[in-house]
Amino acid sequence: MTVDVEPRGRFSKFSWANPKFRSFVVQAALLLLLLLSFLEIWRNTLSNLESRNIASGFDFLSKSAGFDIVQSLIPFTSDSSYGRAIAAGFLNTILVASLGIIAATVIGFTVGIMRLSKNWLASRVAAFYIEFFRNIPLLLQIFIFYTVVLKGLPSAKQAFHFGNTAFLSNRGLVFPQPLFGEGAWLGIAGLAVALLAAWALLGWANARQARTGRAIPVSVISLGLIVTLPLGGLAIGGFPVMWDFPELKGFNFAGGVTVIPEFLALFGALAVYGGAFIAETVRSGVQAVSPGQIEAARSLGLHQGSTLRLVVIPQAMRVVIPPLAGHYLNLTKNSTLAVAIGYPDLVALGGTVLNQTNQAVEIVGIWMIIYLTLSLVTSAFMNWFNSRMRMVER
Amino acid sequence: MKVRIILQLLSIVVGAAAAVPANAGTLDVVKAKGFIQCGVAPGLIGFAFPDGTNNWSGLEVDFCRALASAIFNDPQKVKFIPLSAKERFTALQSGEVDLLSRSTTWTMSRDTALGLRFAGTFYYDGQGLMVKKSLGVDSALKLDGATVCTLTGTTNELNISDYFKANSMKYQVVAFEKDAEARKAYDEERCDVLTNDQSSLYAARLQFQNPDESLVLPEIISKEPLGPVVRQGDDGWFDVVKWTYFALLNAEELGVTSKNVEEMRSTNNPEILRLLGTKNADGSAAGFGTGIGLSEDWVVQILRNVGNYGEIFERNVGLDTPLKIARGKNALWKDGGLQYAPPIR
Repeated sequence: MTVDVEPRGRFSKFSWANPKFRSFVVQAALLLLLLLSFLEIWRNTLSNLESRNIASGFDFLSKSAGFDIVQSLIPFTSDSSYGRAIAAGFLNTILVASLGIIAATVIGFTVGIMRLSKNWLASRVAAFYIEFFRNIPLLLQIFIFYTVVLKGLPSAKQAFHFGNTAFLSNRGLVFPQPLFGEGAWLGIAGLAVALLAAWALLGWANARQARTGRAIPVSVISLGLIVTLPLGGLAIGGFPVMWDFPELKGFNFAGGVTVIPEFLALFGALAVYGGAFIAETVRSGVQAVSPGQIEAARSLGLHQGSTLRLVVIPQAMRVVIPPLAGHYLNLTKNSTLAVAIGYPDLVALGGTVLNQTNQAVEIVGIWMIIYLTLSLVTSAFMNWFNSRMRMVER
Repeated sequence: MKVRIILQLLSIVVGAAAAVPANAGTLDVVKAKGFIQCGVAPGLIGFAFPDGTNNWSGLEVDFCRALASAIFNDPQKVKFIPLSAKERFTALQSGEVDLLSRSTTWTMSRDTALGLRFAGTFYYDGQGLMVKKSLGVDSALKLDGATVCTLTGTTNELNISDYFKANSMKYQVVAFEKDAEARKAYDEERCDVLTNDQSSLYAARLQFQNPDESLVLPEIISKEPLGPVVRQGDDGWFDVVKWTYFALLNAEELGVTSKNVEEMRSTNNPEILRLLGTKNADGSAAGFGTGIGLSEDWVVQILRNVGNYGEIFERNVGLDTPLKIARGKNALWKDGGLQYAPPIR
């Protein structure tokens, strides 16, 4: 039975005394006011731009850029358009942010677990790492990394080399690039088959263990499959892989793939800084697991590794994931500090385009939309992951 | 950096009335404010450089001081606002500065689509390339495969691309936002080449620990006419800035300097008398200064406080300074240079 708190019939539907009607009117008025002020800002911007004879609109995106970019994942020359320059910057942001997130997560989990270790040295080293890197401004760390890369590494002519195939110098890391010829698809097909087989094997092994209690070494078999099948595929195709080896020509290395020092510095700083925060989150997550759970696992006869893997981590993840999403978002947004060391990310290249075309309102609009979308996609993914890891109550 | 651009944008978006009153011209606003806001380069020896007490000096700084002298008869009534290449136009358009006197190249797109006005070419420059002597390079044509450090959002960034393309050479560019960062990267050998306007390269070289290790290559790969910039749509202010520049040139051409300006007021050369705003024979005012909203003595004030173009040049970048730049294209037209001003009449 529901209790009706509003006595019926006392107010008319549209009376001011009716709280529902009242709040509707107030909210509608606020919404209208908000819309009007946005409209006014929009109108005012356009009229200001016009009165200052500044061209507006997005036509500039298709014009030829005229500048070059040091690192681009898509083909880019000075004849390419401004729009393509922004796309190249976007991909560079994605590259450094995603690799940074992976590295920070690996560092964070390792250091976070080390921090809880009973080994005095390991836990002290982890504590020092966390406190040191968490408390130094990121921009400063990026500068330090960049200086270390530039000053600490030799010039191209005296580069460190690894068997004369890969070289490390203050011009970056250069390594051979594989060039796939005809028949290389056999290798890719082999990889796909191996991945599918490993996934099926995992499912079968889990079901079997649940049924019979006997385990098989799934990871070793999977690794074997993933290594041998693609190689087998390539062998059938007659190894159609050529290597483009870097070679010192004049000023710099020609050929191969170059990882520029700006990327190394930014990636290093983001991974180390993000890792320190993630480590603390991991520590708090593990400590949130009730000690009774561990004692229960022990009394069931699980050894330390299994206790950690099967009991502690699954429960810790529930505490860890929500703040982890925040760290990932921060790391992505922090990658904009790239501009300080000349790494061509979205903000740096957007800034170049802004300056060459001076379409400031448009470029800032593009920046905001892209970062907003990136953040929303990241948090949507983390929310999905969180709901998967949530405790399922039976 | 970014924050600043966003703030400036905000002022375009929201505070139009606050930044630039719709009806009042910039000259009236400046007079009411009591000082000029002048956008300058953030630390370029000889052109715009602050000392320990934030007292700015340099060629481009002196132009703003000349303008302040014309308006207020006081070269100190200038607030210098250092701007990176990336910030400068937004700062001007949003009204944060009244003019740019900041190594800014006059190009067609800036003059038209950006809503700017160039008041003249205060300094004729060209883009140069600097390398370490240890590379053993003596010509820009031997730079195939080199890595070049430059500034983002400059004409230099575009010219270097054109130059390497035109000569079918390969290169790699690393673009920095701040001059100091680009210089540091070059010094730490991230790049083989530092490119900028030649004058800036000479200035940058002086800021290295060992200036003699670097060499500016002989090639000039572009035209870089640098000059003061104002917003479009304010012809009165544009006239004041433009004629301050012309007055500096005319004074040099007529031989009027900071030292002899008082004597010259009683000369019988009518051209000089017009320049200095001396009253006509019948006692009526010459009317040139008041015609652009200044006092009749505007040129006298400029010369007394700052000097003529030649004096400004020699004092800041000339042969007796560490930069040792010869007048070259910046000599007066009658001495074979390009500096030429329409007459005051």
